[in-house]
Amino acid sequence: MATLPVDDLAITKAYGPHLSAMVRGRTSEDPDRLVKTHCCFCGQQCGIQLKVRDNEVMGFEPWDDFPFNRGMLCPKGVKRYLQGSHPDRLTTALERDPASPGGFRAMDYRAAIARAAAEIARLQAAYGPGAVGVLGGASLTTEKTYLLGKFARVCLKTPFIDYNGRLCMVSAGAANKKAFGIDRTTSPWADMVGTEVIWVAGSNVAECSPITTSYIWQARELGAKVIVQDPRITPIARTCDLYLPVRPGRDAALFAGVLRLMIENGWIDRDFIASHTTGFDEVAAYCEQWTLKRTSEVTGVPEKAIARAAELWGTARSSFLFHARGIEHHSNGVQNSLGTINLVLASGRIGKPKSGYGTIVGQANGQGGREHGQKCDQLPGMRDIVNPEHRKYIAGVWKIDERELPGPGVDAYEMFRKIDAGEIKGLVSICFNPKVSLPDSGFVTRALEKLEFYTAVDFFLNDTARHADIVLPGSLQEEDEGVVAQVEGRVIKINKAVEPPGEAREDWRIIQDLAQALGRPHGFGFTSPKEIFEELRVASKGGIADYSGITYEKIERQMGVFWPCYAEDPKTGAPTPDHPGTPRLFEPGSYNPVAKGAGPFYFADGKARFNVADYRTPADDVDAAFPLFLTTGRVVSQFLSGTQTRRIGPLVKQYPEPRIELHPRLAQQLGIADGDWAVCETRRDTITLRASVVSTIRPDTLFIPYHWAGEKSVNRLTVAAQDPISKIPQYKVCACRLRRAEGAPAYAAVREAQQ
Amino acid sequence: MSVPQRFEFFVDPSRCIGCESCVQACSECDTHKGESMIHLEYVDRARSTQTVPMVCMHCEQPTCAEVCPADAIKRTGDGVVQSARKPRCIACGNCVVACPFGVPELYIDRQIMMKCDMCYDRTSVGKKPMCATVCPSQALFFGTREEIQRMRPQSMPSNRFRFGEQTITTRVNVMVPRRETPPAPLDVTAFLGEHTENRTIRLKILETRPEPVSSDPFAEVDI
Repeated sequence: MATLPVDDLAITKAYGPHLSAMVRGRTSEDPDRLVKTHCCFCGQQCGIQLKVRDNEVMGFEPWDDFPFNRGMLCPKGVKRYLQGSHPDRLTTALERDPASPGGFRAMDYRAAIARAAAEIARLQAAYGPGAVGVLGGASLTTEKTYLLGKFARVCLKTPFIDYNGRLCMVSAGAANKKAFGIDRTTSPWADMVGTEVIWVAGSNVAECSPITTSYIWQARELGAKVIVQDPRITPIARTCDLYLPVRPGRDAALFAGVLRLMIENGWIDRDFIASHTTGFDEVAAYCEQWTLKRTSEVTGVPEKAIARAAELWGTARSSFLFHARGIEHHSNGVQNSLGTINLVLASGRIGKPKSGYGTIVGQANGQGGREHGQKCDQLPGMRDIVNPEHRKYIAGVWKIDERELPGPGVDAYEMFRKIDAGEIKGLVSICFNPKVSLPDSGFVTRALEKLEFYTAVDFFLNDTARHADIVLPGSLQEEDEGVVAQVEGRVIKINKAVEPPGEAREDWRIIQDLAQALGRPHGFGFTSPKEIFEELRVASKGGIADYSGITYEKIERQMGVFWPCYAEDPKTGAPTPDHPGTPRLFEPGSYNPVAKGAGPFYFADGKARFNVADYRTPADDVDAAFPLFLTTGRVVSQFLSGTQTRRIGPLVKQYPEPRIELHPRLAQQLGIADGDWAVCETRRDTITLRASVVSTIRPDTLFIPYHWAGEKSVNRLTVAAQDPISKIPQYKVCACRLRRAEGAPAYAAVREAQQ
Repeated sequence: MSVPQRFEFFVDPSRCIGCESCVQACSECDTHKGESMIHLEYVDRARSTQTVPMVCMHCEQPTCAEVCPADAIKRTGDGVVQSARKPRCIACGNCVVACPFGVPELYIDRQIMMKCDMCYDRTSVGKKPMCATVCPSQALFFGTREEIQRMRPQSMPSNRFRFGEQTITTRVNVMVPRRETPPAPLDVTAFLGEHTENRTIRLKILETRPEPVSSDPFAEVDI
């Protein structure tokens, strides 16, 4: 039974989001202790010290020594501490109860576990193990993602597990695997400083990964030219050397056009291409069709700017390219990412100091969360669930018969299609708010309503968890310990600052309690995150993402360890307890366990792959009825679906609710003034928000940030088209139309800004 | 305890990304009770994402102190102009209207003016100000002149400002480009190959620093 128990507004009144205080504690009073840890939000994972007094986080102190951010923090990091001791915090288990005013009643934790387990067992007995699915998230520590993958495969024996990184990192990951054989940013960010050219492809760095700004602008100060490719003049684009105002959904065409010019002008590294890559000729042949004229027509970028980009990139001696969701959130997301990699490989500037390639991860553990088995087709260590050897190894670590290990499942969105079709009847979710974060959320909601039994683990009652039959009170990031891998591939340690309040407990305990209650405790007897990590080290050993040489102590000593980090030398087998990790991949002469000395890349021949990065028109493209592009993204003071940040008072004050960004020329045509209510409509739904009229966006494009729920959620409008390889949804473009609203929408009178 | 002279504050508005990290961090300090003492504003959001952070410039001859009828604003020997002193401030607002940089703010509910004191509680014990510590783009930087020269060869610090007839020398520096930068069109349509108006702001950089004033009526060594 997964319809909302009572009206959504009534649930909101009871469970929020309500606002925290603006500050807590007094800075003139000393805390009991300072806990060195990391921010709970984005993939930069800035080091921060939390001030703790009486089991409460009362403030923060910069951690100047942590090498990535050296004390720097964005506003989310500064105010993140306010999520603790919050009035909306779930401190007991909840049970769906339509008779309660808020739709839920508190329940004894043990009874809640017993009921959830009984319902899972009932569904699996009646319909088979695959009738229950699991959804995880990339803000969980790596230990938890590992445990969740094991829980799905070993305890539930279901193939259906996937995670919210499906919305985030999978296009980059798939492209990295196809081109390099390994899925990780290739170089530490320090390599950016001193480089000649930086190409930022589809990344609103200033708002989504603010600390990276300091690296880019330090590089610029030392002479780097900065190229920014974006439909909006974001703050990082404001002072760049070359701005490419690409039409949404046309990125692969731009890369092909640039590569054609590079080839034509001889701005490529033929020696590198010949000795370290394969597939160049096919790519070169494909790019033939992308003449300057055609590239300009398709991308909307003037010929002069494309030519300038090719010259800047082509003639540089050192360079750094990175991309993010701007080119990845497309039904052509893998091709777009491959397009950037082709530019990097053609330049030969990879695996060298001051040159690199990176994908900016969105979530805290956007990197680590995609390595150890909560993806539908993956086993720990970036192993492949259909590879017999990989299956055998992991079955051995888990002490189960390999034949019991389920095969590949399906991506998170496909899981909702299976719920809609009645194939998946039960769901366990943690760290995922798909009702807000998945596209075409009307469909997602209808699917959720069909679940027979839904168990959610959460610390606040998020919008999806409102559909749950049982809500189990999990832990905030600061209430548990474990590792995450940040944007550079540096594995770092989250340290526990406070104990979970009331009946709430660490997520890994909850997962294990479910396993125990199901009567399938085998392999779920861990008593600490460290024990889970020790098993993960073994499970990852010999895989691409090899953590075998990483220990909690080494992380603390080195302030992070870049994986792969080997317990034994992959070449000689000799123990390497002091292996420092691998900050820069693909260095000349480097040895990896796949190439076995044949070359620096992670394929048997040691060579990187050029892949034809084929341009395709986006799904749901503009037409006469829906003539505008709608694109979505973040604002600096909010994070993902806002479950945490829409509860933090000062962050809400900074940007209270979503607005529709549009160009003054379009605004004039439509008779819309700044601040007016406007209705945005797509083939799925309509939403009414205030307009923000700014000249920093293409006149054919609208931008709406996605952090809000219900009638303010832009994902009511977005299209569920997915990349055929990565299955990432096409959030960054769909067709829409806009008109001035008759008046304020009904929600404006009854809901607070953040609700 | 004082702020060592070798540590200076440098503001580079061209780096500012408008994230408000400084504002949020400043509001944490309970010497000003949850209020931020930094002003961070869009120049004109309809036309640009350019934002400008404004901390107290800590003038050598602070206009705010000159116009204060209650002698409530003092400059410590290390060149930091302190916030109004509670027993003296009469909340008249003279300083608010007189400051050429628009820094002081009157808090009617508390009957006092409060402004940025360069995190005196931190900087006087060897820490950096909170805003310059957290600033993700390092538009706000606190360090030595040697550091800034090494790290930012394209720009240079300037600390003299002219307002009409008044020339003001400040302890805080603003970074200005060494070479004139090409005008940056602010409208996307300019990058689409269309003709649009350029809006360029030119800064006139004043000559070198004058001799320090011989007597300093606002100085106070201990607070």
